[in-house]
Amino acid sequence: MSDGTLVKDKLLSLQKQFRFQWEPAQESYVLLYPEGLIKLPGSSGEIMKLIDGSKSVDMIVAHLEEQFPGVDLKDDVLDFLEHAYGKNWILTDD
Amino acid sequence: MEKIGSLPMIKPKGPLWVNAEITYKCPLHCVFCYNPLDYASTFKSELSTEDWLKVFKQSRDLGSVQLGISGGEPLMRDDVEIMVSEASQMGYYVNLLTSGIGLTEKRISAFKEGGLGQIQLSFQDSTKELNDFLSSTKTFELKSKVAKLIKEHDYPMVLNVVLHRLNIDHIDQILEMAEAMGADHVELANSQYYAWALKNRAYLMPSEEQLRKAEETTNRFREKIGNKMKLYFIVPDYYANRPKACMNGWGSVFLNVAPDGLALPCHEARMLPGLTFPNVRDHDMEWIWNESPAFNAYRGDSWMKEPCRSCDERATDFGGCRCQAFQLTGDAANTDPVCDKSEHHHIITEQIELAQKPQPPAADIKPIIFYRDDKNSKALIEENT
Ligand code: SF4
Ligand code: SF4
Repeated sequence: MSDGTLVKDKLLSLQKQFRFQWEPAQESYVLLYPEGLIKLPGSSGEIMKLIDGSKSVDMIVAHLEEQFPGVDLKDDVLDFLEHAYGKNWILTDD
Repeated sequence: MEKIGSLPMIKPKGPLWVNAEITYKCPLHCVFCYNPLDYASTFKSELSTEDWLKVFKQSRDLGSVQLGISGGEPLMRDDVEIMVSEASQMGYYVNLLTSGIGLTEKRISAFKEGGLGQIQLSFQDSTKELNDFLSSTKTFELKSKVAKLIKEHDYPMVLNVVLHRLNIDHIDQILEMAEAMGADHVELANSQYYAWALKNRAYLMPSEEQLRKAEETTNRFREKIGNKMKLYFIVPDYYANRPKACMNGWGSVFLNVAPDGLALPCHEARMLPGLTFPNVRDHDMEWIWNESPAFNAYRGDSWMKEPCRSCDERATDFGGCRCQAFQLTGDAANTDPVCDKSEHHHIITEQIELAQKPQPPAADIKPIIFYRDDKNSKALIEENT
């Protein structure tokens, strides 16, 4: 259970019950969970794609900065990850 | 979905949610069962495994993402394992809705392996089994075993309990049992009055006093237990003055396939007259969803009559439930009589008044209650032919 603060050097993984995939019909990445669906368009999907149990917040930011050089995306990434963590979509490895 | 201004004629590409009622066979006899009264007529015409996989594939191609496997008791079929693994490979999130009867270690392992997303365990108690259930004997032991299996396989324990007049006063015991079983989510939903439950409505509808007490007990329990167990309490829609947004609108997100292949916009729609529901044996899902007259019959708002037609809440509740409108007013295009703007709303208030009167104890009304069993279903089929 999350207490709202996301520790930046812990590894992130998807909540067990969730399934993340590309949906052609929605033209978007989505998260599937019991009886529901969350659409993750654009960058939110790209960020979520990196959550695989082997990367921390810092590593995800570094990865994206490498992918999109010169773009200042740190705050947006942090915002999204905090949101996802607060909603219990993602977990840290403790 | 756009909800601005007047309702557009929504033709979504495909249903997001497909529910496969793979069999109406069931070892239980719940008095509130929402299966059709003539469910026994489907026994000889159940779809094959191949038929089901074809339905799943075609719907998936239309963009369906959630698959429910339900019944009857789905575990009465021995091909659920194949359905689960094939469907999750297709990209579905697969939900299994079961009473738990027939869920063995071997089967649950196969489901896990096949990628099943979640299991919803329903705790049904017909009055026949009420005593048994409340005295924590056979039924409870079976459920506890199943609950343990579910937890051992790393699934959250999602428990559905249908409440009604005859069990609602025991809600504290029900909640204690749920806790003892390690439930994570408990849905305490009051019975909705369709099919068997409508037949038994007079015996199932709780009084206002019962509802109030049950809700209080639930709230107290919620405070005590905190986050460990999430509790949802759902009152019968008869006690509201606006109808539920049934199925989020007809042919909007949900498609149900009955054991005999009939494709329906909701579990109950089979009862509606004047509509020919398409069968998945004769048509593909694309045609069924987008083109079939039945799925278009109550889409959008052009079918609406007054007061819904000019009501500014029509994009919120879609005029309620077509099956309820038909069952209670005789016309599926009428406003759901739960709405207090409906000229038929008195049908609801009369039932509610009736429900405030004291009734004989459960044991005494046994002979009048309609058990959902094959004998009664066959008798009801004959009555109507
Ligand atoms: S409601 Fe009861 S009788 Fe009906 S299918 Fe479910 S478990 Fe069986
Ligand atoms: S009149 Fe129709 S649309 Fe308006 S609130 Fe009642 S049911 Fe809903």
